[in-house]
Amino acid sequence: MNVKVVYLARLREALGCSEEILALSSVAPTLADVLAALRGRGEPWSYELGEGRAVRAAINHEVASADAAVCAGDEIAFFPPVTGG
Amino acid sequence: MKTDRRISVQREDFDVAAEVAALRERDSRVGAVAVFIGTVREMNDGGSGRASELTSESESGSASVQAMTLEHYPGMTEKALEAIVAEAAQRFDIFGATVIHRIGELKPMDQIVLVAVKSAHRGDAFDACRFIMDYLKTQAPFWKKETTKEGAYWVDARESDDAAAARWQSSPDR
Repeated sequence: MNVKVVYLARLREALGCSEEILALSSVAPTLADVLAALRGRGEPWSYELGEGRAVRAAINHEVASADAAVCAGDEIAFFPPVTGG
Repeated sequence: MKTDRRISVQREDFDVAAEVAALRERDSRVGAVAVFIGTVREMNDGGSGRASELTSESESGSASVQAMTLEHYPGMTEKALEAIVAEAAQRFDIFGATVIHRIGELKPMDQIVLVAVKSAHRGDAFDACRFIMDYLKTQAPFWKKETTKEGAYWVDARESDDAAAARWQSSPDR
């Protein structure tokens, strides 16, 4: 199944990618599976999306945690901690 | 009770007096309006990664901001702001709120954000205004990039902002 992945702000620049369609092979995938697939690409993905990095995620515009289920057609966003206001 | 809400994410500047007048218009229940305006500071705080690089030039580790670019996540931003105002309306006795946040390129002294809250009394107006700002700083998907003489840098999130938002969780019945 395919999902849309969006990268924002500093993360978009560090990865050189604003959005893409990602094919997931796992059954009943979670956000953690999406992260694992992206980290598996090696640098800079493995570093920028790595365990120790402050990366936030949203699924369909709602903040989501690593165990959240991902469905076909979902829009998944990864971004740094917010700094508005 | 119906809460008037106006939420806007926009490039254009906003007119504080006009926004306050619109918020108050024909609402004789209102006895208090609290307004917060966030503006672009010329001196930044220095990102964690570059403060040390700048200490030779500036003891405080800060540099003069020439421009600031505000990025957001269209679709999520509006939803997040709606949710924050809805939460404020649950927690405090308010009649309405206006939240305007600018995006795009801004200069020092430009207005960035407006939060205006109307209520019968000042306590709820002040508290709701502060609550909305504290949550906006930590929940709404906006990111600032500052341009200084040394280059352009993404602003780091601050722990003090998380602490300010967390305060409201320990005192939900304020």
